[in-house]
Formats: sequence, structure tokens, C-alpha cells
Amino acid sequence: MRGNPAMHDLVAPASLDAVLDLLASEPGKWTPIAGGTELMVAFAAGRLTATRLVSLWGIPDLRAIETTPQSVIIGAAATFLDLRRHGVISAELPLLARAASWIGSIANQTRATLGGNLVNGSPAADSSPALLAYDAEIEMISVRGRRRLPYCEFHTGYKSNVLAPDELLYAIHLQRRFARHKQYLRKVGTRRAMAIAKVALGATALVEQNVIHEIRLAAASLAPFPIRLGQTESALLGQNISRATVLAARQALLSEVQPIDDIRSTADYRRRVATNLLDEFLLELRREGLRA
Amino acid sequence: MSTHATTRIVGASVPRKEGIAKLLGQALYVDDIEREGMWHGATVRSTTPRGIIRSISFDRSIDWSEFAIVAAADIPGENCIQLISNDQPCLADGKVNHCEEAILLLAHPDKHKLREAVAAVHIDYDQLQPVFTIEESERQDVIVWGSDNLLKSFLLEKGDVDSTWERAAHIVEGEYRTGAQEHLYIENQGIIAEYSAERGVTVWGSLQCPYYVVKSLKAVFDLPDEKVRVIQAETGGAFGGKEDFPSNVACHAALLAMKCGHPVKIVYDRLEDLAATTKRHPARVRHRTALDRDGKLLAMEIDLVTDGGAYATLSSTVLSRATLHATGPYLCPNVRVHARSWATNFVPYGAFRGFGAPQAIFAMERHMDEIAAVLGIDPIELRRRNFLHQGDDNATEQRLREPVILDQLLDRALKESDYSAKRARFARENPSSPVKRGMGIAAFYHGSGFTGSGEVYLNSLAGLDVTPAGNVRVLVSNTEFGQGTNTILTQVAAEALGLDYSAVTMAPPDTGVVPNSGPTVASRTSMVVGRIIERAGLQLIAQLREHAGLADSYTREEFLAACERYRAAKGEVISLCRYEAPAGIRWDDATYHGEAYGAYAWAVYVAQVAVDSITYSAEVEDFWAVQEAGRVLNPVLAAGQIEGGIAQAVGFALYEKVVLHDGRMANNQMTNYIMPTAEDVPPIHVFFEQVPCPHGGFGAKGIGELPHDGPAPAIVNAIRDATGVAFNAIPLLPEDLYAGLGENQPIEELALP
Amino acid sequence: MSANENANGAAPGNARWPAIHFTVNGKRLVVNVPPMKRLLDVLREDLRLTGTKEGCGEGECGSCSVRMNGELVNSCLVPVLQADGAEIQTVEGLALDGNLHPLQEAFLQHGGAQCGICTPGMLMAAAQLLENSPHPSGAEIREALAGNLCRCTGFMHIFESVAAAADAQSAAPVATAQEPARHAR
Repeated sequence: MRGNPAMHDLVAPASLDAVLDLLASEPGKWTPIAGGTELMVAFAAGRLTATRLVSLWGIPDLRAIETTPQSVIIGAAATFLDLRRHGVISAELPLLARAASWIGSIANQTRATLGGNLVNGSPAADSSPALLAYDAEIEMISVRGRRRLPYCEFHTGYKSNVLAPDELLYAIHLQRRFARHKQYLRKVGTRRAMAIAKVALGATALVEQNVIHEIRLAAASLAPFPIRLGQTESALLGQNISRATVLAARQALLSEVQPIDDIRSTADYRRRVATNLLDEFLLELRREGLRA
Repeated sequence: MSTHATTRIVGASVPRKEGIAKLLGQALYVDDIEREGMWHGATVRSTTPRGIIRSISFDRSIDWSEFAIVAAADIPGENCIQLISNDQPCLADGKVNHCEEAILLLAHPDKHKLREAVAAVHIDYDQLQPVFTIEESERQDVIVWGSDNLLKSFLLEKGDVDSTWERAAHIVEGEYRTGAQEHLYIENQGIIAEYSAERGVTVWGSLQCPYYVVKSLKAVFDLPDEKVRVIQAETGGAFGGKEDFPSNVACHAALLAMKCGHPVKIVYDRLEDLAATTKRHPARVRHRTALDRDGKLLAMEIDLVTDGGAYATLSSTVLSRATLHATGPYLCPNVRVHARSWATNFVPYGAFRGFGAPQAIFAMERHMDEIAAVLGIDPIELRRRNFLHQGDDNATEQRLREPVILDQLLDRALKESDYSAKRARFARENPSSPVKRGMGIAAFYHGSGFTGSGEVYLNSLAGLDVTPAGNVRVLVSNTEFGQGTNTILTQVAAEALGLDYSAVTMAPPDTGVVPNSGPTVASRTSMVVGRIIERAGLQLIAQLREHAGLADSYTREEFLAACERYRAAKGEVISLCRYEAPAGIRWDDATYHGEAYGAYAWAVYVAQVAVDSITYSAEVEDFWAVQEAGRVLNPVLAAGQIEGGIAQAVGFALYEKVVLHDGRMANNQMTNYIMPTAEDVPPIHVFFEQVPCPHGGFGAKGIGELPHDGPAPAIVNAIRDATGVAFNAIPLLPEDLYAGLGENQPIEELALP
Repeated sequence: MSANENANGAAPGNARWPAIHFTVNGKRLVVNVPPMKRLLDVLREDLRLTGTKEGCGEGECGSCSVRMNGELVNSCLVPVLQADGAEIQTVEGLALDGNLHPLQEAFLQHGGAQCGICTPGMLMAAAQLLENSPHPSGAEIREALAGNLCRCTGFMHIFESVAAAADAQSAAPVATAQEPARHAR
């Protein structure tokens, strides 16, 4: 244990407004901490540079999950266990529920938050491929008001995002329109549980008579941050699922990803497995199309 | 004598002796213990793999007067950790030979200030050329140890290997590699030390071998026996990683205690423990095998090398065991094993469950499957044709006088695993499945106890006493670290004394109280020490009968009454026995001939593996372990040992990789050093056949290391069966499987217009 | 320690640090420590409840698992300020009136503990499971314990112990842990 608790200030304002006021009073000086599953690891390793932290744990506004007939609005401090337990998310947004189930152990799921996962911004973030495949929107909040953006515009680089220094991630909005979509999510890790993704692929698609009418593809660990695979989507949209389509999609995928060698895996492996996952997804689409 | 007797307690699954304390969270591990006025200690370590220390400077931002600082110059006695070659300094003196080598020690009452201080010490080095691979060390272009980098070598020869090649029907060659492996005991290394001029050094620690630590403390402090006392705390896992390394930590903590005048606690965090402590020796094994037309072994020529790291430590004994397990459970008339351990500039490698046997057996059992493939013989049949039997001579020309039931073990393993039917089914299903399945087998043995004359050299002393308060205590320096020492030795004692299990306890593992019954290693506890305890118990009963009127049958009260009569006459009630070598054990260290081990445990393991052609991940889906390890003293504990060893070996084969960058372990976090979780381990089915061993406690043989020997080759053989591709190196990660399998993309195999 | 008694001997509500009020194993307590101090360290150092262990400091091994407000958490990752007002249960709170909890009894009879260092965390994770799911399947047991690393047992006897405890608590047979327990893809 290499962290010194006396060297860090941690405050827990009782309300969201109080948090926002604090962030606004000294922009960039306060680091929000939700479940702590990332920051406390850095703390114990002696790597936590943030000396002033503001706790988001226990602020009801941030943890609520609301539903309307069209959407699900997930508070940024909702834990992954909250997501797994939510009936609508389990039923209608299964990719997100699945991602929540493999983000770490049960003890991690009770504390790790959806917002923390996004703001931490690891390229391997477990929830990101599902959110991208569902075309999620994020909502940010500050004393200056709220704003919304497609989640795919949130990350700007390795561990950097569009949040202003006084801004907080407030909620993630998902539409309830994927009941008829084919959905796919697969994470390839170092073991079955408690694994950081070496590659992950998420997808939602609408297929009619073997032609792809709608397609969203997203990946983790293939770029400095989780990405939509726009070129691969273009190679698939409006096409029927044939050998030629699959080959073209593979090429597109390979051209738009930049996997690296790192402590967990190799670029070569990531590239190949990414195309294998894509193949698996497209094969499933085709098989289901033939059955229908 | 007692091997076939019916027993009341031995053979029963009595609950773990110290189980309740552990379950209540009351067992005291080192970091749970506080001594009054205790300071904390930390180690300043080398950041270069090889170099001369040019300067050491201390940041002026720290008030160093608050700290105790210890360097090599402060060592009162010998700056050397006592082991075999005595080449490892306690603290680096002017020169470092591996990253993380201990250079300075710091102590302070406040552990946070201590951490800051460690970061505030700056050391400059004149870098020297390091050696990082076995091959570089073998080339001897750069000498980093001794005059030639060679830590140890053995040559084991039987018959005349060179004469066989010309007449052989087949010659099969292969090269096999195993990687470093970290013990990953869940409790990190830790020691508390106290020092006073009058009493000397007292140490509490997470450790396997209290008397090993005594030996190093005596040398480092130049103290006699009576002034060094080592007490084992509850220890949270060891697996060999706490066999010799704690001597380093103990000497460090004690030096700081001497310097600051307070008790000092050193506890490693996981980052430090992973980076700085011993690991399993990496190995490269080359086989060249001659066979006749029928697939019978004519000759085995084996070149076996290990990477020993920067200091010799236990490399010679690991190499010895590897040599003696290299030829497998097979009869071979002509053998040459040329074994060498080479020095490199890594953290010294050390003892780890199996101790050279897992490396040697991986190569042998993989090679048997390769031979089978070349010859077109079924791998099961090939093994059967070559198994050792009772009456055969093994590679050291030891006549196997005890039953060898390998055929029976093999039959049972095949039956329990439904091996043939499954292989046939997988062969049918694999072509159209993205998941390829296969079955693989390994046959092997593990020699119990120290090699050859090792047990004679140890000359263990152990026994029992009865305190005036009526406590019947087992007196051993053998320690509990999960494997069941406390339970089985009290079972043995209770059985021999005719008392209930609850009536016998363990004397504290404190060198001030217990004699030196040898280290807790080498699968010797149940067999060797158990036997001594059994004899001591029978000896005590005989003494009480002769001198204190103990009747033929007695209650516990009558037993204690007799003890008190005995105490009145003789002063104390204690029964100690020394190790007695079985008759006819001859061992020649120079020629490596004779009785290598007093007993062998035998096993056949079967693995069912699934290889995912999309992710190239291999998983063990099911596992069967059939073994003969003498009398099973406690079925639940014994099965637990087998299951734990197998899980560790699954990690050894498929998950655990020590990633080294420029001599440092780059993945020194649990996030990045991957052991199998509860979701990754296969169901493990354990079966014991029992052939009591005449030399072991109530017929027991060693059991602790056996289960780590066989799984890795069984798993990689299963992968070969599943994929048709031979892999010869472990850890076998998906990235490695991809490299061997990756040409075909799954979609090519499945029809698509 | 009585309610409102300060574990450090200082007056509650030290101006530098806010006092942390929580309930540990049923006892209401106050501590006065830096808010970033890990819950794990507060339990072990300030409250001398050393049953909860540190194995990795990264939330990977689970040996620091405790239950906080009825959920399993890794206490090495919880800054104590976030435990303000919480109900904490540690391994020391499992046994009742000197009687072993059914899980502890089962672990004893079925060899669920070897070296014992993972055992407190493992018991908390198992207790959490049985509360949520009194008749867990083999797959559910594996998932519930996936965050608790055991290097000694290979998990088999732990699964058996948890299944036996579930049996004992409900007097109805549950799936054994040797069934094909892992989900196919």
C-alpha cells in the first residue's frame, strides 16, 4: 500500500447542486470519485495524483434509473449491479446487462458505476461497446446547465473526453427501440471472470430478407478509446450477407482499427480476433435470417 | 508394522485442527500482529539488472534522523543468506546482479513517511551488460556468475545410449519449454523482528522452514543457537515461495530492529512481492529418443537446462529433482540426462511445488505424444508398452521393490473420463464446430522426501510431549500453511497413542520449543515426519507401559495419570525419535546412481480441453486425477491438495505468464498476472488407489507436489488432440495458440454463398 | 466499544476530519481518520478487526471483501468517508452467540479452508450469495465467488461447502458443484 490518506482531501457534499458548485468554484481542482474502483487502485499503488476528491457516492439524483415509454435514463452513478437488476434494461437492452455482468467480480459490480466506466475512458471499457451499439446519448451537467451529445462523440483521445473542468457526467440516455434488432456482444479477456478486454465487439442490426437495413458496430481495445466502426458499417449497410460482404467488411474493419501490443495481448491477435468476432456476428445474422 | 492395520483416526476426514480459528477470522497472520513500539521497515531495491553502485544519495526533503538506515556495512556477521552455495548477499555491497536486489533498509514508526522515504533515496549505477536468456548464458560471452555462468550440472547415465542410435527403428526428437511461474500465495511475505543484546533475535513470520531462517540469522548476526528464535505465524499459502525467501526478509527486519532498537515489521505489498521474490525456474528440455519397431524405448538422451536467475539459491536441488524425473514412469535400458542450471540477471528463481519435476514431466509427457504421432501408435498404447513395473530398474538403476500399479491407474483414468468414447465423439463433432475438443493424458510419478541421502543429512528429530496441564503435543518444526500438517500429524499421533483426535495438539511452531524435524518441503511431511511421529507415539506408550504401569487398554484419564507417574520418576514426559533410513537405501551423489527416493507416488491424469477457434482460447472443461500416494491419511485434505495442485498447474499451462522487460517483471499486479478464478477451473474428479508405503507414517507417501506435475502436459496433449497442432511451450496463451492455428479463419470452414 | 465512543480516543468531529459514524457487526461506532483512509485499513488498524485481509490492494483477490449495506464490496477500494452511515458486516460478525454460521460449519466439515487467508472474504461472498439466492446452482456459486481468489483449494471443496451450507439452511437438496457448471457460449 503506497498511498497516504492524509495527503488527499475527500469531501462528500450532500446534493448534486453542492457538487456542481464546488466544481465551478475551483474548476479542474476537484476530481470526482464515484465507486472508487479505479481511483482507489491508483491510490494504493501510490499513483493517485488528484489531491482533492469529491465523492459522488450516495447522491440520489446521480444513481436513479428512470424509464419513459421511449427511453431509459441511467444516472451516471448507477452501479453495474443496479443495471443488472433493472427489469427494463435486462429485457430490452440485454447487451448492457451482459456487459455489467462481466465488468468484474460481484464486489466490483456493487461499486463500479456506468459513469465512472465512461469517464475513466479506458480503451477496454466494458460498457462502451454496448452503449455505442445502442447509439446512447450522454448528458453532462454543470452550474451552467445541461447538454447532451451522442456518446460516440464523448471520447477525444486516449483517456480524454469533452467534459469541461466544471462539468460532471450526469446521465446516459438509451432508446427503447431495439426489441426487433439482432444484438451481439462478445468480450475476449484473459479468463472468464475479472478480465480486462483484449478485444470486444458489440453490434445491433436490423436484417430483412438477408439484407442489412440498420447496423451499428462498436469495439473496445482496438483504438485509443472505444469506437464505432463506421467504415465497417458502411461496407455492410444495404448489403446482403454473402461471402463477398463478409470479406469486404473484414477489410474495412482492418483498415479502421489501430490495435497495439501491450501487457495483455498483441496487435496481431487483436486484429485477427476482431475479424473472427465480426464473422461470428455476421454468420449469426445470416443463420437467423435463413431461419426466419 | 502399521501400514495395513485398521485405524480409527488415520484415514478419516477429521476437521482441520486450526480450522475454527481460520473460519472465525481469528487466526493471526503476520500483518495481524502488532508488537509494542513497533516500527515499519521497507527495502530500497536495485532498478538495474546488473551494475556497480556508483552513488547513493538521500533527498534533503526528508528528515533522515527519524529513520533507521541499514546497509551492507551494518551487518555484524556474514553478509550472506545461508542456503547451499551461499552466494546470495543479504544486502548488495557495491554491486547488483538483478532488478529488485535489496540494497538498503529503512525503518520508521510511520509507514506513510516510510514510503515517501523509499522514493527519496537515489541510487546511480554504472550499468554492466546483463544476460537475460538461457542461450546467452550458455554462450558464455558475458560472464555474470562465477567463472562460467554455470550454477550446477548433473550427468545421469544408464547403459550405453550412444550404441543405440544405429539400431533404432525410430529416432524422435523434440524441444519443450516451460516458463517462470509465480506462487501467488494470497498472503504476501511478511516478518516481524525484535533484537536485544541480551536475548538476541526473535522473528515471527509467514514461512515454511523456521530452522532455515535460524541458520541465516545466526550467520548474519554471528549469534549462537540460543540467541536466535524463529516463530511461524499463521501462513497464508506458500507453495515453496516461503521456503528460502523469508530468510531474506527476516534478516532485513532483524537488522532494522537492531539499528532502531524497536520491533520492526516488514510486510510486502503485492507489487513488491510479485516483482522481487522467487518464482519457478524456467526450463528448456531437449529429448532425443530411440525406439524399436514396436515402440519400446531403447534410449533416451535428454538435455535439460534451467534458468537459475542471479544467484544459485536452490537451483542445484531443483535441477537434481528435474534430472531424476526427466525420464518419466518408463522402463528404458539406456539413458543419458545432461542437466545444467545457468545464471542470468533476473530475480533468483526458487522452490515451487514440484521443484523441477513439473518442468521435466511436461517435456517427457509431451514427447511421448509426439513419439506416438511419429510412430502412428495410440499414445495410450505407447505408454502401456513402456511403463515401469515392480522389479524393474529405473533410470538411476534403483530396483522398484514396491508395487507399481500404473496400468491400473491408467485403466481407471480411461474409464472415469470415458476417454475413448469422448475422443471418438470429438473427432466427429470438431470439423463442424467452432469449438474444438480433445482429450489428453499424462502418466508420471513424484519421489517423496529428500533425494538420495538427503533425509540422512537432515537427520530430523521429532516427537511428542505431555505437559503437566495434560496437553499432548506434537513436537515438529514442520509448519502448516494450508496443506494440513497440523491435522495429519495430530491424527498420526492420536492413532499411535490410542487417544482421541481432540486430545492431541501441535506445539507452537517456535524454534525455542520444537526440535528440528527438517523443512516443510519435498512432500516429506506425511511420509518422513509422520513416520517419526508414529514411532515416537509407540515409543511413548512402550515407556509408559514399562515404567508407569499403563495397562493394555486405557482411557485418556488413565493415560494422563500414567504420564504423571512417569513425570514424577523421570522429570518430564517426552518422546523424541530421529529419522531412520530404510534398510538398503544406497545413493551415490557422484554418479547419480542408486535409490533416488525412498518412495514414489504414481499418477495418471486426463484432461478434456476445449479450444475456441474464434478467440484461440483453450479452457480445461473437465479433469480426472487418478493417483497412488500410499495410505490416504485424511481423504478430504488429500483431495483438497490434489485439486489445489491441479488448479495451479492449469494456471501454469494456460494462464500464468511472467512478463519481463529489461529484467523487471512488467506485470507485477494481480490484474495482469492471471490465475484461474472460480469460473475458470474445471470440475476436478479425484481418485485414490492405496498401496501403503512401509516407510511412511501409517503407510503414507508424499502428496503435496504430485498434482502439479501432470496437468500441464495432459492439457497440451489434449490441445494437440483437439486441433492437430503440437504446442511445445507453456504458458500457452491464446496469442500463442493463434500463432500456431491462425491460418484458417473459421468462416472459411463454414459454407457461405 | 460503546456507541459514539471514538476509536482513536480523540473527540468525535475533529476539525480536520469529519467523524465517520457507522455500524460494524451490529455495533454503532465513530472513527476519526482521514476520509480517504481505506475501509480495509480502518477495520484492521483502528477497529483491530483483523479478520478482513489485504491480498492485492487492487480489488482483484477479494480477500478484503465485507458486506456494506447488504452488498458485497472490496473494502480496499472504499474510502471510509463513503462508509459513513453504513452497516458493515465482516467475518467477525458471521458467527452468532458463539455458534458457527452454517457456512463456517460447512467449510469446516467439507474442507473449504486450507491456508485460510482467502476464507474471510470467501465466507462474506458466500453469505451474500445465500442471502440473495438460497438455492444457488453450481453456475451461480461459481459466479458469486469469481471475485475471491483461492490459491490453495482449486475451489472444489469451497463449492461443496457452499452447497452444503445452502442445504443445511433450507433442508432441501441443491445442485452439487460438480455438475457442468459453466455457461456455454
